[in-house]
Amino acid sequence: MKIYIPLDSAAKALGADEVAEAIQAEARARGLEIELIRNGTRGMVWLEPLVEIEENGERLAYGPLAASDVPALFDGKIETLGRVEDIPFFAHQTRLTFARCGLTDPLSLADYQAHGGLTGLRRALGMNALQIVEEVKTSGLRGRGGAGFPTGVKWDTVRMAKAPQKYIVCNADEGDSGTFADRMIIEGDPFCLIEGMAIAGLGTGATKGYVYIRSEYPVAIDMLRQAIQIARIEGVLGASVLGSRHAFDMEVRVGAGAYVCGEETSLLNSLEGKRGVVRAKPPLPALEGFLGRPTVVNNVISLATVPVIFEKGAQFYADFGLGRSKGTIPVQIAGNVRFGGLFETAFGMPLGQLVEEIAGGTASGRPVKAVQIGGPLGAYFSHDDFATPFGYEEFDGQGGLIGHAGVVVFDDSADMLKMARFAMEFCAVESCGKCTPCRIGAVRGVETLDRIAAGDAGAVPLLTDLCEVMKDGSLCALGGFTPYPVLSALQRFPEEFGTVKEAAE
Amino acid sequence: MPRDIPQPDTDEIKALIAGVSDLEGPLLPILHALQDAYGVIPDIAQPLIAEALNISRAEVHGVVSFYHDFRTLPAGRHVVKICRAEACQAMGGAALGEHAQARLGVEWHGTTENGAVTLEPVYCLGLCACGPSAMVDGKLLGRVDAQKLDRIIGEIEA
Ligand SMILES: Cc1cc2nc3c(=O)[nH]c(=O)nc-3n(C[C@H](O)[C@H](O)[C@H](O)COP(=O)(O)O)c2cc1C
Ligand code: FES
Repeated sequence: MKIYIPLDSAAKALGADEVAEAIQAEARARGLEIELIRNGTRGMVWLEPLVEIEENGERLAYGPLAASDVPALFDGKIETLGRVEDIPFFAHQTRLTFARCGLTDPLSLADYQAHGGLTGLRRALGMNALQIVEEVKTSGLRGRGGAGFPTGVKWDTVRMAKAPQKYIVCNADEGDSGTFADRMIIEGDPFCLIEGMAIAGLGTGATKGYVYIRSEYPVAIDMLRQAIQIARIEGVLGASVLGSRHAFDMEVRVGAGAYVCGEETSLLNSLEGKRGVVRAKPPLPALEGFLGRPTVVNNVISLATVPVIFEKGAQFYADFGLGRSKGTIPVQIAGNVRFGGLFETAFGMPLGQLVEEIAGGTASGRPVKAVQIGGPLGAYFSHDDFATPFGYEEFDGQGGLIGHAGVVVFDDSADMLKMARFAMEFCAVESCGKCTPCRIGAVRGVETLDRIAAGDAGAVPLLTDLCEVMKDGSLCALGGFTPYPVLSALQRFPEEFGTVKEAAE
Repeated sequence: MPRDIPQPDTDEIKALIAGVSDLEGPLLPILHALQDAYGVIPDIAQPLIAEALNISRAEVHGVVSFYHDFRTLPAGRHVVKICRAEACQAMGGAALGEHAQARLGVEWHGTTENGAVTLEPVYCLGLCACGPSAMVDGKLLGRVDAQKLDRIIGEIEA
């Protein structure tokens, strides 16, 4: 009998370690022979800890479980949820990037290969760098870290750059509230990221990779370090990747609690051991990146999607999606929702369907009021925006952004002026300090919102003006996009900023 | 008490620095190694790092002070981090933060007078689908409410 209990951070936060201990103790007490596997999460966080028991070729799920449920579990007195694949939230997904996450033992390279792992890398080894880059271009893959820049184009720039050393830097800083896809795949399928980075190395001529993981993710850091070690021993990484004449090795670096270090140039400075201040662009990191050398900086999900593109073919991937948003997007459903977790789907699903159907509305049972998409720099949407299909251009058209695809739902108790104030406060706390509109603007933004909260509706035009300055004058999207949540809250919920009340009086 | 932590000696620090100084961009790994070992970046370490990496003391100081993680003063014996970010706020995270401050009698970044507990804000732990979330001495916690927090604080204070 095989028993799967996730080691994912969210599962742990809900008691998975205690359940695992209880299961081991109970099995021992009953003299039962079990094989306990700590897998990644299947992504249905409301069911965590979700335990799966595999027996006679059938794998059945139980959850959410507490340690105290374990005796009843062994007595067969806990009703099963059935197969994970049949649970509607899961059944409605298109799992390409996350196909293995939660299914396999994350640190078993054999398991990884049994589920399609390394097929993509083997195929890439039979191609030259140009063919690899063309394949990525054909897939239509765009950066999942926020900006949506075509991954193949970025790789091509690095491929064509001449330098004695090039780098692949994976951005695992994942600071956006409402996002956890990077964490989830690193914890649940770390070889997938390693394989994606190795292919990126082949495509660009980079032989060294770094993964910059935020310090808030201790489990992910530990899992990736272990996986890299295994990949080296098994010859996936090292002087000869899978026995080829190509070298690629990689290393984990840990951040130190600065949101702005998710911005790629700030990240590179941090990696070099400097303060995480943003660099002016140009030069592009692709030409002068880490230590001044050509560097690919890609988000975890961008890189972890590369293996399936090479396994199934670029066209297969490109056939999913909508318009210029090709393939799938792992939407992270968070905040006040009944069914929170990771939902990977082809681009194009309307926002309203995601929020009301897939997420099941709010956890509190109260009406949905606002939805923030794309992290702390993303806009607040309301019911009026629910027809918007999930796509880069479509969200842009609504004055918002997809960002890293976190969807944070708020019920009607949310105070939108407070949320706008928080956006400015966060920007003030996290600003790297290099440019004035961000460093000073955010502080003035907090003050101006406090004036509005105190009843001075006349300060609203000042706030709008300040936001314009921040948008136009900031060096990076921290100061440049903080106006999104602020202005969207103001535009969609004007009554909470006193402007409508004033007019009615 | 925080102030009683023994000052590490120079040789020990030099050895820690030497252990990672061959890396490309070694400063953050060095600082993490020091903080793992001593709970702070010891005052005497900064000039040693500057010397080992051939950079100015000001540069080292600039880096230490830039990052929220690095401490120059020790934390309490226990560290409670509470997520202040949006997804947790949607589930009552702000009230939880206020409760924690009231219960401990400190503000954010403060340490209780007996040196038992330091309260830190954190901006997302990636537990956004099971907020409000917290981290207590490195252990992750989801769906934390005031009662659960009181129980945990009670346990670590004991
Ligand atoms: C303030 C700020 C924070 C960011 N944080 C992240 C992050 O945590 N992870 C990420 O992948 N990209 C982040 N980005 C975007 C990166 O600058 C960059 O666009 C991305 O890493 C490129 O990878 P991609 O093309 O694969 O998306 C951030 C940008 C800004 C302005
Ligand atoms: S917002 Fe609190 S854990 Fe992500």
